[in-house]
Amino acid sequence: MPAAVKKRRNALLLILFVLALFPLFGSAYYNELLAKIMIMAIFAMSLDLLVGFTGLVSFGHAAFFGVAAYAVVLVSPKYDPGNLLVVLPAAIFSAAAVAFVVGLFVLRTKGIYFIMVTLAFAQMIYFVFHDSPLGGGSDGVFLNVKPELRIGETLLLDLGSPSQFYYLVLLFLVVAYVFLRVLLRSPLGHALAGIKSNEHRMLSLGFPVFLYKLAGFVAAGGLAGLAGFLSACQFGFVTPEILSWHQSGNVLLMVILGGMGTLNGAAIGAFAFVVLQEVFSSVTKHWQFLMGGMIVLVVMLLPGGLSSLPRRLRGLLIGGGTHG
Amino acid sequence: MAELVLTAKGLSRRFGGLFANKDVSLDLHRGVLHAVLGPNGAGKSTLINLLSGDLPPTNGQILYRDQDISGWSPDKRSRAGIGRSYQRTNIFPAFTAFENCRLAAQSRAPRALRILSKAQGYADLAEAADRALEQAGLAERRDMVASTLSHGEQRQLEIAMVLATRPSVLLLDEPLAGMGSEESQAMVALLQKLSPDHAILLVEHDMDAVFAVADVITVMVAGQVLESGPPEQIRASIAVQEAYLGGGESDNE
Amino acid sequence: MDFSTFLIQLLNALQYGLLLFLVASGLTLVFGIMGIINLAHGSFYMMGAYMAFSLTSLTGNLLIAVVLGVALSALIGFLLEWGLFSRLYKRDHLDQVLLTYGLILMFEETRSLIVGDDVHGVPIPELLSASIQLSETLSYPVYRLFMSAVCIALAIGMYWLIRRTRLGMMIRAGSSNREMVQALGINIDLIYRLVFALGVTLAAFAGMLAAPVSSVYPGMGNQVLIICFVVVVIGGVGSVWGALVAALLIGLADTFGKVIIPDYAGLTVYILMAAVLLWRPEGIFRRI
Repeated sequence: MPAAVKKRRNALLLILFVLALFPLFGSAYYNELLAKIMIMAIFAMSLDLLVGFTGLVSFGHAAFFGVAAYAVVLVSPKYDPGNLLVVLPAAIFSAAAVAFVVGLFVLRTKGIYFIMVTLAFAQMIYFVFHDSPLGGGSDGVFLNVKPELRIGETLLLDLGSPSQFYYLVLLFLVVAYVFLRVLLRSPLGHALAGIKSNEHRMLSLGFPVFLYKLAGFVAAGGLAGLAGFLSACQFGFVTPEILSWHQSGNVLLMVILGGMGTLNGAAIGAFAFVVLQEVFSSVTKHWQFLMGGMIVLVVMLLPGGLSSLPRRLRGLLIGGGTHG
Repeated sequence: MAELVLTAKGLSRRFGGLFANKDVSLDLHRGVLHAVLGPNGAGKSTLINLLSGDLPPTNGQILYRDQDISGWSPDKRSRAGIGRSYQRTNIFPAFTAFENCRLAAQSRAPRALRILSKAQGYADLAEAADRALEQAGLAERRDMVASTLSHGEQRQLEIAMVLATRPSVLLLDEPLAGMGSEESQAMVALLQKLSPDHAILLVEHDMDAVFAVADVITVMVAGQVLESGPPEQIRASIAVQEAYLGGGESDNE
Repeated sequence: MDFSTFLIQLLNALQYGLLLFLVASGLTLVFGIMGIINLAHGSFYMMGAYMAFSLTSLTGNLLIAVVLGVALSALIGFLLEWGLFSRLYKRDHLDQVLLTYGLILMFEETRSLIVGDDVHGVPIPELLSASIQLSETLSYPVYRLFMSAVCIALAIGMYWLIRRTRLGMMIRAGSSNREMVQALGINIDLIYRLVFALGVTLAAFAGMLAAPVSSVYPGMGNQVLIICFVVVVIGGVGSVWGALVAALLIGLADTFGKVIIPDYAGLTVYILMAAVLLWRPEGIFRRI
């Protein structure tokens, strides 16, 4: 195993260790914040599969997150806990199904069109929930009782318990990470990398590029659905804002800030974003001004995001050879 | 005559009011190296693009093993066995030479649904990639990142990628462009080696190379076929000489 | 639907479509000529509407407010291009998306800091406040007709500017080959700055024009932005003519959608877009 890979693996194990032990020492507030960060990390990694690994800049990724969140509420019984084994697959499936249908349309476009069309489709789905009684209008809907996992009479897992929920999120973060790593080294993952690098050549080599992109889009949508499921369970209510374009913009921001095409970067971006959000909003209620200002500064002064710094320095030393 | 593989029948392609190709017909046979000559702007690249599916024809028909493929997408044609290379190097610059070819080979055995397996784990793909590199004379550069290869080597990689897809038709757009004389010789040797098992369409500027390897030559001028036949016929043709020595050269792209 | 109701809806559709065109044409011009995707374009619309509100209450006259607002918007556009956008031409679209997303957040909060988050109305100028009687019970406000007329006049003006003037010729040349135009000694930087300022001004002016009808509220810019994207997607990126056709189509779809399926009126525009994507993924008109 190359030293760099080994180093990365060790670092990840260390982070996992810290995350696993954190609830023993942290306060309820920080546990919840960390759980939120981990959920956003899953969300951002799912988008990284599109933006960073396939070269598809989607500005509508919140749609899948939001659809899954709504699915959680709609599938759960009103006054009883839903069954995790029903609710979770239903949430992921509905997100993936919506991603499939949306993908059929948006993947017919490229580049700047793709950015605009994904945004527009996400907005369309926003209106579906905003305008229909299904989604409770602009007030949203409540998840009165959180799902649980029960076999026979024994209660195995109750998502209403903050600590159990925390560990479930951590588990899913690991699952999502491993899933993406495995996917990326599979033939499909290599084909996606080829599409990002040179879509035209992939076509002329005989790859049905559209189907590959659709597969990536659906996988990313389903994973975003996992994050949406967790988010609905964490907060206990879902409003249309969860699939608004701000949400799509924020998750794109996380991916870019942290560094595209690395997975770890997306998670770091999620961490940085949520922490910045907390810090800024503790300073002023107009915290979005600070966030916006920071984005503008990063783009103007640090093309490629915060994480590009080390790579840029290295690039300067070795000289050239980078692409994409 | 050898097995007929690909036929173009009355192909035309118009851009605005201009015909880039007008009523072009030709046949490609297995074991026959068919070269297309012509001044700049004669429509040679357009012809390759029409045959590979990168451009849809305005008029005309393309038959592949008696099947009309005029409406097929480029990827479908490629999977059917029509491989092409590009005049401007068109590779995956950040991948190694081997990875470029392995990915090309993967297009024949997609395995897209086996997302739990490692792409590098398939021995058949690795073999196909290595064989293609070997054929194109790039075996020594196997693990170098493509963008760091020399221009000539990138041209070789361009061919190797096509070979890794094991095509029965090769559409080669100026494979010798920008190559040194030694590299050119190697490429000519490669073409001769490939010729018996493939139907090859070679677009090339290098006259010496063309007359050395071609079995059939078609000369195009201003989007149309001027003359087509064995090299001796082309060499002797008055029309071709006039086109090359006369006004044809001013026809720029 | 009887005829006069239909006529009213048709006029509304036309007016909404023309207004959209005004906003979207700036977006598509800036993209078509400079290659910049500007998410903050909707913010300029919002900015215009809020200028109409603030400057009218300050000066007491909508006309003066509009004149001041136009000058101010042009200046803001000029400065933004000079300070930020001019450094992004060679960058990836992703950077442009990110920068303009940051700008949206800043503009929204600036609006919130200066004017607050309330909804405001802007009075229709007295001269235009009358209505035309269509039947015994139905009438149509003159101001909406005035809006349509102004939009049409501007559309014609833009056509004239791009097709018939020396500046327009330089703009068109610059969009096809920046280096070549520069080599001819034309100051392409200045031209880009003017085009960008023009785009900002068009959006802001549309906001001012719409303010008396739509009222002024937070988030109004983002709503318009997304619809403008739909316009551009349907019409084809960079095509002004396509933007006009698409904007009118959307005006019709939206207005009659509200009449025919009121519960899901928000969706009709997007369904139209989906249909166009299936039919022509690159928009109805591809290029200028």
